Amino acid sequence: MISKSVLFRKGLIDISPLLLPVIPFGIIFGAIGIELGFSPLITYATSLIIFGGASQIVFMQLISGGASSLVAVTSVGVINSRHLLYGAVLTEYLDKLNLIKKLLISYLITDQTFAVSNNFFKLNKEEKNLHYHLLGAGVTLWTTWQLTTIIGIFLGSIIPEHWGLKFAIPLTFLAIIINDFRKLDHVIVMLISGFSSLLFFDVPFKAYIIITPLIGLLAAFIIIKIKEKL
Amino acid sequence: MSWMSVITAGIITYITRFSMVTFVNGKMLNKKARLVLSYVPSTVFPAIIFPAVFFNDYGSFVEINDPKIFGIVAAIIIGFYSKNIIATILSGLLVYWFFIF
Repeated sequence: MISKSVLFRKGLIDISPLLLPVIPFGIIFGAIGIELGFSPLITYATSLIIFGGASQIVFMQLISGGASSLVAVTSVGVINSRHLLYGAVLTEYLDKLNLIKKLLISYLITDQTFAVSNNFFKLNKEEKNLHYHLLGAGVTLWTTWQLTTIIGIFLGSIIPEHWGLKFAIPLTFLAIIINDFRKLDHVIVMLISGFSSLLFFDVPFKAYIIITPLIGLLAAFIIIKIKEKL
Repeated sequence: MSWMSVITAGIITYITRFSMVTFVNGKMLNKKARLVLSYVPSTVFPAIIFPAVFFNDYGSFVEINDPKIFGIVAAIIIGFYSKNIIATILSGLLVYWFFIF
C-alpha cells in the first residue's frame, strides 16, 4: 500500500511537466485582465472563484466587449462543460469518499489534474486513498494558477497597450486546440464553428458565443453519426 | 462588471465539476454524450479565435495583409510541427510584433 503522503507527492511530481504551459498562460491571463480594463481585484477573483483558465479569458473578453452577463456566464458554462466528462470518468475512483470530501476535491478537477490523476488511477486501481494523488496534483496546479495570475496582474499594469497583448488571446486558444489539427473531423468542426462565429458576430448581446458552439456540436454529432455508418 | 456575474460563473463552473462526482452517477453519461462533449474545445475556441483575428476593434474585416493574419499563420505552422504550447503562442506574438513595430 502506498502512503497518503507518497501519493500526494506523486501527484505533485506527475503534474509538474504540465505546469510549463500553465505558467505563461496564467501570466497572460492576469495581464490581459488589466489590459481589458478590469481592476486587479476582480481579475484575481476570477482565478479564485471560477478557476478555469480559458473560460476566465472568454468571460472577461465578452464582458469588456459589451456582452450581457447572461451570455458571458452561459459561455463559461459551455466551455467548462468538459468537466462533466472528467467527473463522469473520475467518479469510479472517488466513490468511497464522503459527500464533503467529494465536494471539496471536485474544486480541483481541471484538464491537467484529470489527465495525470486518471492515468495514475487506471494503473493503480487496487490502491487505497487514491484521491491523495488528485489532491497533490490539484493543489500544485491551483497554487501555480493563483501565483501566476498575480504576477500577470503586476506585469499587465507595466506592459504598454500598443504592444497589442490582446492578440495573445486567440494565440492561446489556438495553442490549446493545435493538437486536434491532426484529426480531420475536429478540423471540420473547427472551420464550421469559426465561420459561424464570423457570420453571427453581430447578433445582439454577443450571443454568437453561444450560437456557434451549438452549431459546432451539431456538426460534431452529425460527423459521429456518419462515422458510425462507415 | 458586477461581482454577481463572476460568482454565478464560478458556481456554474463548480457545478460542472462536482455534479458527476457527487450527485449523478457518472455512468449515466452515455457513450455518445461523452463523445460529443469531447468536441467542445473544437467548437468553442474557434469562435473566439476567428473574430479576434479576422475583425478589427470596430467589428469590420481586417485586410488580408494584417499583422494578425501573419501572426496566426505563423502560430499554426509552428504549433502544428512543434506540438508545443509556448512555441505556438510566442511565434505568433513575435511575427505580429515584427509587423506592427
